[in-house]
Amino acid sequence: MRMQTGHDSLEKVACETTVEIKNADGLHMRPAMQFVDVASRFVSDITVSNNENTVDGKSIMQMSMLAASCGTRLKIKAEGPDAQEALNVLRELVEDKHFDEPTPKEKKTQ
Amino acid sequence: MKFPDFVCFKAVIPQLSATDRDGVIVELVTSLDKARKLGRGNREKITQAIIKREKEASTGIGKGVAVPHAKHPAIKNMVAVVGLNSGGIDFSSLDKQPVYSVILLVSPVDEPDKHLQAMENIFKHLQNEKFRKFLRQCQTSEQIEDLLREADENPSL
Repeated sequence: MRMQTGHDSLEKVACETTVEIKNADGLHMRPAMQFVDVASRFVSDITVSNNENTVDGKSIMQMSMLAASCGTRLKIKAEGPDAQEALNVLRELVEDKHFDEPTPKEKKTQ
Repeated sequence: MKFPDFVCFKAVIPQLSATDRDGVIVELVTSLDKARKLGRGNREKITQAIIKREKEASTGIGKGVAVPHAKHPAIKNMVAVVGLNSGGIDFSSLDKQPVYSVILLVSPVDEPDKHLQAMENIFKHLQNEKFRKFLRQCQTSEQIEDLLREADENPSL
């Protein structure tokens, strides 16, 4: 384990991006769980921040605490060997797939 | 948002009789119904909505707590209730461990942001190990109410 730590620190990459919550109901528990599931596939450390708090992107309890409503912008930070890939996939989940939930516009026409 | 803004203290159950997930949901929804928080004739619909939601993914998120919830068109005002079972409840939790404290929340469908704010407060406190421990140890409704009020006043407890 000790050797691995040294090795990891050499190739540690840190990246961050800002995403906007697009689904009408915001980051409630089900989307938060989806986020945690996806984030947990990566070895990189992942944190998510709103204006007040920075939380562990792999903890459902902490992610549910963000209470990010539709339109909220969140900063996602990843640090580790697969950091960039993690950010790409998480951005896709939040912004392109909007957690497989309707956007406000889609909700109105339902 | 703070606990007194959405928790019905009159309906809290310090020792649940049910020891299984669905039984606990029935007991807590029934208690909210008796406190007239659900509107007439909605008890069964809301119970089923919460159980359905629970089957999609357990809200037993580990560390002995669960937060079953549902949004339902029949609900006019968001309301939550707390139930404890010192013997432990089988809630199909993510960590496969029994649940001792349950916070059940029902929300209207058209106020997603309020629902998020209630969840924010619930999880802010449930994350705190001391809060979880104190909640689990409560033996009366008054103790539960005091704890929730105090947690809001003094987040570090």
